[in-house]
Amino acid sequence: MATARVKRMTPYMFLAPAAAIMIVGLLYPIGYMVYASFLDWNPSQRIGEADWVGLRNYVTLLHDASFRESVGVTLTFSAIVVSVELMLGVGLALLLDRNIRGMSALRTLFILPMMIAPIVVGLMWRYMYHPSVGILNQTLKSWGLEPVPWLSDSGWALTSIIIADVWQWTPFIFILALAALQSLPRSALEAARIDGASGWQQIIHIKLPLMMPVLIVTGLLRLIDSFKVLEVILVMTNGGPGLSTEILSLRISRTASEFRELGQAAAMSNYLLLILLTLTIVMFVYNKVVESRAQAIRQQAEEV
Amino acid sequence: MTQSYERQNPAFYALVLALVVMSVGPIYLMLTTSLRLNVDIMSDASALFFMPTLRNYETVLCNALWYEPAHVDYCDPTFGRALGNSLIVALVSTGVTLVVGCMAAYALVRFRFMGRGTLSLTTLMMRMVPPAVLLVPVFGIWTFQYHLDGTHAGIILVYVAMNLPFVIWILQSFIVQVPIQLEEAARIDGANAFQVFFLVVLPVIKPGLAAASIFTFRIAWNEFLIANALLDRSTRTVPVTIVNSLTEYGIDWGVIMATGMLLAVPPILFTFVASKQIITGMTAGAVKG
Repeated sequence: MATARVKRMTPYMFLAPAAAIMIVGLLYPIGYMVYASFLDWNPSQRIGEADWVGLRNYVTLLHDASFRESVGVTLTFSAIVVSVELMLGVGLALLLDRNIRGMSALRTLFILPMMIAPIVVGLMWRYMYHPSVGILNQTLKSWGLEPVPWLSDSGWALTSIIIADVWQWTPFIFILALAALQSLPRSALEAARIDGASGWQQIIHIKLPLMMPVLIVTGLLRLIDSFKVLEVILVMTNGGPGLSTEILSLRISRTASEFRELGQAAAMSNYLLLILLTLTIVMFVYNKVVESRAQAIRQQAEEV
Repeated sequence: MTQSYERQNPAFYALVLALVVMSVGPIYLMLTTSLRLNVDIMSDASALFFMPTLRNYETVLCNALWYEPAHVDYCDPTFGRALGNSLIVALVSTGVTLVVGCMAAYALVRFRFMGRGTLSLTTLMMRMVPPAVLLVPVFGIWTFQYHLDGTHAGIILVYVAMNLPFVIWILQSFIVQVPIQLEEAARIDGANAFQVFFLVVLPVIKPGLAAASIFTFRIAWNEFLIANALLDRSTRTVPVTIVNSLTEYGIDWGVIMATGMLLAVPPILFTFVASKQIITGMTAGAVKG
């Protein structure tokens, strides 16, 4: 009987440590944050001493012009970054999907930017954007062109940050798109080639629709991660000049540490989570639709 | 395996070359900068030709070296200490995440708690949480309730919790592929559940373990925000010290690039050693899921 009980308990024993750590280290903090967002709380107080202010933090934020600007910057940054990276990454994958020597070495080199610490990526780009010693302005000067105020002009700063992010993360999309391309059913492509479809026709009518489910998941992952970008921007501009590059994550950390408004920072975190949740759900549903359509194409190709 | 390679036209190779230069160029630039003195960096000339020197690295590592570098007047122990802290934090959290994550993934696959759909949705949800969102609660709880602020244990707990969902997801996609007959055979030979797990399953899913450990290590090694909020002077990790040493003017680029290079070396090494596993790990989430 004892062994039977041990047997029944085994799965729970395997799961227990992970469950405990997730509850203590992730779920409880998130619940705590939701609670804290209703408080007027500064870091020198214990949470019990903070005053309950209901929805005041949320309302204040909605009327706060700099918070709204920060949401705008975040959405612009994410939208541009994800769409540029998707286009470049998928384009490159379509171009490089050939049987060439040294493809795996190439992929190894391409994943380097993703593995390096974001802090270091920020450092590298801050150095390259440097007004006098940076390689970009030196090159421009040697070509006889005007140097560009990469990080010091509020119009250019966002562009500069986007370039750095595109450099770091396009390979991610490239690698996933390449993997998707190489797992396409050979029969469908062959059938199209026999029917005389040109390269472009193959891409638009067969390859892209079949890759779509993977591309959407990839885009979703990238979108989620683009809301997390913080260190690169922190090192390059620290949100400036003005508020031109202050994305939400950065604003949360500044509200907590500089303005010492933990309640507001928590409310801001909740807004960020809500935005992310909405985007994820929309993409998830859309993915289901596209997936069933790709399934249909696949079946058609197999029947023919 | 003999494979025939297609010949491509020169424009294709030019494109590939340009891509390689673009992706590796900035890293190469950092390396060369770290090998220069600040005087050389600031002068416009000698862009290509300079005397490489290890002085910047000596400045950074001065208290960890066995000799005293002649050019360092004042040895700042911050970085050497931070390097030690980073190593401890990253290695311990990787170890703990792997052991705990492996057990959970195994239980989820073999004892059928949740469907794969539920698991992948949960993973996605957890991946959604940006570290910045954890900043406020972690500060409050770790300081006032767990009393773990400024300790290695505190930050390790955060990293393990942050990485577990992803690690469980990756590992379960490998464990699913282990044939159940293999386990049944071991069980008939009299092994109990724990023996089956450690002696039969673990050796088979080694590639998955490699991928999971690299991803965990990378996050714990590179993370800045929560480390900055939680750790104090004596327990700070490298990313925090780098950001602290950044000032608006008069940055010693040589020294800071040397620091950055030291922070970048372990991930770069992993990439060269295990790029295949990394790519598997990256694609497992999207392509298979």
